[in-house]
Amino acid sequence: MATQFAALVIVIPLIAALFVPVIGWWKKGLCHPWVVAVLVVPLIASLSILNRVIESGPFSYYLGGWAPPWGIEYAIDYLNAFVLVIISVISLIVSIYSKKSVEKEMPEKVVPFYTLFLLLVTGLLGIVVTGDLFNVFVFLEIAALSCYALMAIGRDGAPFATFRYIIMGTIGASFYLLGVGYLYIITGSLNMLDVAQRLPEFYHSRVVLTAGVFMIVGIGLKMALYPLHAWAPNAYADAPSTVSGLVAPLMTKVAAYMMIRIMFTVFKPVFFIEIIPVTTILTWMAAVAVIVGSIYAIAQNDLKKMLSYSVVAQIGYIALGIGLANRSGLTGAVLHILNEAFTKGCVFLVAGAIIYKTGSCNITGFKDLYRKMPFTMTAFLIGAFSMVGIPPTCGFFSKMYLIIGSIDAKQWVFVAVLLTSSILNVIYFFRVIKIAAFEDVIPDYSRTSPYITYRLDEVPISMLIPILIMAAGILVCGIFSPEIINTVIQHIIPASF
Amino acid sequence: MLEYIVSKYNFWVYVILLLIGLYAMVGKKNLVKKLIGMNIFQSAVILFYVSIGVKKGGATVPIFLGNAHAAHGHGNAIIDVASYINPLPHVLMLTAIVVSIATTGVALAVLILIFRRYKTLELDEIIKIRKDTGV
Repeated sequence: MATQFAALVIVIPLIAALFVPVIGWWKKGLCHPWVVAVLVVPLIASLSILNRVIESGPFSYYLGGWAPPWGIEYAIDYLNAFVLVIISVISLIVSIYSKKSVEKEMPEKVVPFYTLFLLLVTGLLGIVVTGDLFNVFVFLEIAALSCYALMAIGRDGAPFATFRYIIMGTIGASFYLLGVGYLYIITGSLNMLDVAQRLPEFYHSRVVLTAGVFMIVGIGLKMALYPLHAWAPNAYADAPSTVSGLVAPLMTKVAAYMMIRIMFTVFKPVFFIEIIPVTTILTWMAAVAVIVGSIYAIAQNDLKKMLSYSVVAQIGYIALGIGLANRSGLTGAVLHILNEAFTKGCVFLVAGAIIYKTGSCNITGFKDLYRKMPFTMTAFLIGAFSMVGIPPTCGFFSKMYLIIGSIDAKQWVFVAVLLTSSILNVIYFFRVIKIAAFEDVIPDYSRTSPYITYRLDEVPISMLIPILIMAAGILVCGIFSPEIINTVIQHIIPASF
Repeated sequence: MLEYIVSKYNFWVYVILLLIGLYAMVGKKNLVKKLIGMNIFQSAVILFYVSIGVKKGGATVPIFLGNAHAAHGHGNAIIDVASYINPLPHVLMLTAIVVSIATTGVALAVLILIFRRYKTLELDEIIKIRKDTGV
């Protein structure tokens, strides 16, 4: 049964997306429960896939029964199953959260919103589950197109930011497609495992070099890796809060997954480490990304914009881990995909909650938020701790592995970069916390009582619970990270490391 | 040298188109021209794929003629690979064309939103308005 789940994980949300307009036409209010109910299926499916992989190792599903390399193969291994679970968990949590936020931000667009939401999740799951290079491109574009449309609904300035994203995203996807074309010329195959088998004898051919470079640059664009990041901050910041809550944790991380897949499955690790020094370039770009992203984040006065620059910085961590190309580094990178999904999900949902309550997310207006919204802001505090890397939050463990990886690689610069970035994270997160927790609105002395009474003014329970689940997820992932590494992540690391 | 260029002319054509598209996307100040550049860019990739399926020496479309070609009655036709072009890249490009059209559609819709908001599609003017309003 678990083999069928590999296909169901895509098919169910895809078909369900087509039914959303029908349901919305009948009763608009049913769209949200329908989407939540549908997204439970990929969660169950991906959990049982992960379970199957842990019990009996990698397996594949042949679409339509056509054997590879002719048919499309869904090849599931530890990395796939792990990222699938992350995507389905986050998308389910965000879909629960979306109800009130969507009703408030775009009341007349509920039906198209949920259709696109399911298509976006389908695309993200599809990129991860498939074992076919061209199929990845198709799902990449399904995810990207629905993402463009969702982002353009956002606040003032969103369409312009989205247009830049469309241009850059299309360049990225086209570069990836070109890379696939070159690989097809030389191997005559599109199946990842088949290509991986046929490729090594051509490693010194220029065609393969071109293919590798095109693919890495294309994925780098999709991933918002430092010099190619310019589209990301505005697009994420201006998107509707539910959309940034879904896209910021997942979209760039799925691109990071693709990078790991291309670098260590389709090509053998030796190609990008020795034949062309992509990993070295990647580590340096990542180091710059970490520092520059954090500094830009400090300069922002808008919470969502700050968090978006933080996405650029955190992608740097993952790229650094991939580029270090040793056991601890890659462990840190894969663990950071999980941690970032929960941490960024948590803080972006909090930003959405603040917008829901106050109508703006300018940091200077956050005074007294801790008294008005104690639960939401506690979740934000946990998210901030994870970002800075304070144990037992999960951010600590991935940073620890990245630092160990840098030490193993004898790259002391990166150790310094990682530690510095923690301090920069402290600056920009604790600035928010300082305003929200310790700066009072000027007390009204004309009143007889010297104390101001604060009314609890929390967000609706349907928004609060997903935020708290995310925050709990940060702690749980932190506490159980040794188990996660032992059962799943250590199998992801290529044998040669 | 000339022979080298002519013998690989399909690659040259695609690279030139690719660069024209890239230039338009990066260098042009008008958003519609950027979009047209994006279309040229995607078409270049499509042409590249189409050209790699072609074979020299009279290869034709791969239409399966059933038993008519089966020389010795084995039931299955013996297919001479050299006489047919490779259909796979062409089929892939059908999907890529659909993707390209969908992207163009979304981009045009977004351009309408931009025009409604800023009343212009010139990049410098939009950036100026955004600076003035402090976005």
